[in-house]
Amino acid sequence: MTTARRLAGPGVAIVALAVAFALLDASRQAFWQGLVINLAIFVILTVSLNLSSGFTGVFSLGHIGFMAIGAYAAAILTLPFREKALYLRDLPGWLAGVHLDQRAGPIPVGFLAATLIAATLAAAIAWLVGRVLMRLSGHFVALATLGFLVIVRVFLFNADSLTRGSRTFSNVTPYTNLWWVGVWALVVVYVAWRLKRSPYGRDMFAQRDDRLAAQAIGIRVLDPRLLAFVIGAFFAGVAGALYGHFITSFSPTVFYFDLTFRVITMLVIGGMGSVSGSVIGAALIITLSELLRRIEDATLLYGLSAIVLAGIFILIITFRRDGLFGQREVPIDRLFDPALWSRVRLPWGRRRRRAAASAGEPLPPGSGPDG
Amino acid sequence: MTQYVLQQIVNALSAGSLYALMAVGLAMVFGILRLINFAHGDLMMIAAYVAVFTLGAGLPLAAAIVVIVVGTVVVGLLMERIAYRPLRGAPDVALLLTSFAVGQILQNGVLLITRLAGLPVQIAFPSPELLSGVVTVGAFTVPKVNIVSFVAGVVLLGLLSFFVTRTTLGLSMRASAEDLVAARLMGINVNRVVAAAFAIGSALAAVAGLLFAIQAGQINPYIGLTPVLKAFVAAVIGGFGSIAGAVLGGYVLGLLEVLPTALPGIGDILPPGSVPPEVRLALQQWLPSSLASWRDAFVFIVLIVMLLVRPYGILGKPEREETL
Repeated sequence: MTTARRLAGPGVAIVALAVAFALLDASRQAFWQGLVINLAIFVILTVSLNLSSGFTGVFSLGHIGFMAIGAYAAAILTLPFREKALYLRDLPGWLAGVHLDQRAGPIPVGFLAATLIAATLAAAIAWLVGRVLMRLSGHFVALATLGFLVIVRVFLFNADSLTRGSRTFSNVTPYTNLWWVGVWALVVVYVAWRLKRSPYGRDMFAQRDDRLAAQAIGIRVLDPRLLAFVIGAFFAGVAGALYGHFITSFSPTVFYFDLTFRVITMLVIGGMGSVSGSVIGAALIITLSELLRRIEDATLLYGLSAIVLAGIFILIITFRRDGLFGQREVPIDRLFDPALWSRVRLPWGRRRRRAAASAGEPLPPGSGPDG
Repeated sequence: MTQYVLQQIVNALSAGSLYALMAVGLAMVFGILRLINFAHGDLMMIAAYVAVFTLGAGLPLAAAIVVIVVGTVVVGLLMERIAYRPLRGAPDVALLLTSFAVGQILQNGVLLITRLAGLPVQIAFPSPELLSGVVTVGAFTVPKVNIVSFVAGVVLLGLLSFFVTRTTLGLSMRASAEDLVAARLMGINVNRVVAAAFAIGSALAAVAGLLFAIQAGQINPYIGLTPVLKAFVAAVIGGFGSIAGAVLGGYVLGLLEVLPTALPGIGDILPPGSVPPEVRLALQQWLPSSLASWRDAFVFIVLIVMLLVRPYGILGKPEREETL
């Protein structure tokens, strides 16, 4: 298959997305814009959790901790001078002078820099923590990363001078828009997609599927786990920065179990190890919870949506543990490969095809029962 | 000085009893099924809510306790039957995540019911007369509930130890925890053993929930979260899956928790003139009382260190494949 043909599928998808985003951006439908921004942020979270947990099988419950670090770090960095003096009076000197609110033309480059710095900070912490925690397996790593989440929360509550403690961190400039989240979501999907098929990614899957066999052929166990954990934390930090500049005011309670469980639900429904699964899982859960929220508002049965989502989660994990996709992918890079389509057997086309084949007739294009 | 130390010891023992009651329930289930039951804390919460309705309805304390325990055990058994039994033998993480989901259902279910009953999210707990107030012995005052917690913990854990060592069901439970397949081959009815583990764990959680609610004074659907996290830590410290370890871990955790709050006191309680003023000042500055708010972080750092250094806990046995 030629490179051009391989790139055609993703290219068409990106152009279609860009057109859809431009239309949405022009439409001034604040509700739909907000929904899509939310969706894209959850795509970033789910794909990055998939990277650090699905690819390696080392299940982390601390992902939202990295998101919190990203959100707070970026918000502290972009807060304009005047707001800093008002709300973060006790900021240490070297931070108090920083205000990444610069713009280059229409682009807030300061926000981009803040996002990158915050995400790098999350990744650096992940490296430090991961060097120790990635040695654990199974539920032990889950417990230890849970401990990390609690520690981050206690820190955010107590580091008053940096985070305002339990008080709301507010007046964050609403930089996040469709384009920021769209581009970052594309970046994380691209990185995860490429990584999965790279030697590094194969190592991650190999040590996940059979640790002893992987070690026996000389694959390190710790290195791929740590790499996945750090990259996952980086994008969790990005998601945090975007989320903070989207909701513009938040407190440490935002970044705790509810969010953790929501992202895990998206991941498990899509399939641990499948990048396309994470995207689709996030889309499904966001849509579903929006619908449920409306039902809740109409019936005043608050709590119903969480119960339904948890119920669906239990059903999925009981009857279809690999989620919708397992670790397979939507073959977006082979969309324009005739070989893909020749193998596709649509359920309603089967009998006709077989009949046609046995009669030795060429198959008419687009044939189906109604066609 | 002695009074201060005694006070802290009583605090530690009473908190330790609650953690031990919770941790034992976690450890029994984990020992048999390798399931970390995150929803265990929500059983405490259920017990507290049943208590609100029964005590609020004016039921005498003894009757109320029976209703609370039975109600919580029923919820615990339903949880096992509906959510966990279909998942027997699933990977560890699938079980853990399912228990997360069960917790969500319980919390939001209670939220839904209280809303329908027209109650606010945060409810003041109607503490029974008998268990509220303080006891004064000389110059020494402790809340009654702390003493009751300690006594209840010791009595119930004693009963539990009798049960697991002296009864057939208790022995089958230990055998199943040792080796589930072999136990089944010996003709042990595993479903019965698992149900018993859940029932006992739920009953202990019910007592812990009642005592916790009295101590806290008010309840909401999310109160189970912090205690269950602490109980995890207790179970890990003692050796996950070992009942004796869970009890030990609970009391160790109780002591560990009191330490950061008790230590800043040292600067103040040293007899005057026994240390130079600079040392006293240093003690006060190095361990400021605000340290207490970092307590949970301290507890979880202990958890992480424990997992790394001795993942099988103080009393547990090393198992294959826990760390690299």
